[in-house]
Amino acid sequence: MWLWFHKLASPPHAYRLLGRMAPWFGWPALGLILLATWWGLFKAPADYQQGDAFRILYVHAPSAWMSMFTYVVMAVAAAVGLIWRIKLAHAASAACAPIGASFTFLALATGSIWGKPMWGTWWVWDARLTSELLLLFLYLGYMALRASFDDPQRADRASAVLAIVGVINIPIIHFSVKWWTTLHQGASVTKLAKPSIALAMLVPLFIMIAGFQLYFGWAISRRLRGEILRRERNAGWLKEAS
Amino acid sequence: MKRTPITHAARLVFQRDLTLAWRRWDEVTQPLIFYVVVTTMFPLATTPDLSQLRVISGGIVWVAALLASLLALEALFRADVEDGTTEQWVLSGQPLGWLLLAKTAAHWVLTGLPLVIMSPIVGTALGLPGEAWGALVASLLLGTGTLSILGGIGAALTVGVRRGSVLLSLLVLPLAMPLLIFGSRAVGMAMDGESPSGPLQLLAAIFFLSLSLGPLAMSAAIRISVEN
Repeated sequence: MWLWFHKLASPPHAYRLLGRMAPWFGWPALGLILLATWWGLFKAPADYQQGDAFRILYVHAPSAWMSMFTYVVMAVAAAVGLIWRIKLAHAASAACAPIGASFTFLALATGSIWGKPMWGTWWVWDARLTSELLLLFLYLGYMALRASFDDPQRADRASAVLAIVGVINIPIIHFSVKWWTTLHQGASVTKLAKPSIALAMLVPLFIMIAGFQLYFGWAISRRLRGEILRRERNAGWLKEAS
Repeated sequence: MKRTPITHAARLVFQRDLTLAWRRWDEVTQPLIFYVVVTTMFPLATTPDLSQLRVISGGIVWVAALLASLLALEALFRADVEDGTTEQWVLSGQPLGWLLLAKTAAHWVLTGLPLVIMSPIVGTALGLPGEAWGALVASLLLGTGTLSILGGIGAALTVGVRRGSVLLSLLVLPLAMPLLIFGSRAVGMAMDGESPSGPLQLLAAIFFLSLSLGPLAMSAAIRISVEN
């Protein structure tokens, strides 16, 4: 078990393994996302209140889910890197940040596009949108901190501390923003009736989430390979491999 | 050799920082002046009508206080890291978290506390009614305390970085949003004649959480900044 763990943490081995794994994530992801897109756009019934406009949910909800999932993965990888001093875990954490920030941005953009026909404005200070915006700021802060160090090892460890502090704060931020809107706005904003969603609408959503998860697997494999290349650019094994 | 007890060492750090600040008085007053200047900008930018300003006065005071104490936090560890004092603390065998907490506490007494004392005056200038003073002072006491610890973590992370002050704000402000929400909410509730105890208790909970976990994060961050 530990031998396997150490082998996994060695850059040459991980580089080869990730290269082999990437297509196993990439092609199923593409298939599932295409299937869910077709299902969501043509087969799922239109919402009785929102009409066809609700269909953006199939991009919005999975990206919002992935934005939080990626942050947790990033923080766990950072903690592993900090505690056991595994460089590869730091590299994985670094590779997560741009992916997570992109998912967060996608969730915000689709939420805003959705808001235009539903609420009549591009932006509403709704609890979910606002906490998603704050999550984007956390990602940007993490990447900014990482970019401001010249020494990659210091960048790794400093940003790891930030990621862990951030992950403790995310629930606090989430609930404070939630209470803030319920205190201020009351029922003026129509909440999306989350649990009362019909099963026929739910199936493509789950397929899409699975597709997004696999896409994350593909993207992280590719990015982590790039990260390993950048960090090990002077290492001997790379010359032998190429 | 007899070992200095940590309480004594922490008190020495605390006293040293107060003495140093007393010698360089202008650095302590600058955030205060910034605070007043920022709050002056809001009536100029929006409206001089006190009845309209009153509605947002709690929020203005809170935002200005956050920015002012953040501005002051940037220099928290810089001088000590540059002249090697922090390195000696790391090597001293004393629990680093306690020393850093003492330093942060001294910093709060010098920058957070004057802001809190100043805030009823600034609030009154913006039309904040007298019955909201208590909530304003209480929420700012807890809020600036938490911010000092959060900012201390940020300052410890960015201490060796070029252009650290912008980065520090970028890191700490998103984490400080809950403070802003509960703090201005407490002031707003007191203005409406309700009891502000709910948001104040939440602020206290966040304060004690950061007081217990903050020093750990601070000492981890300082070790990273000092080691290389």
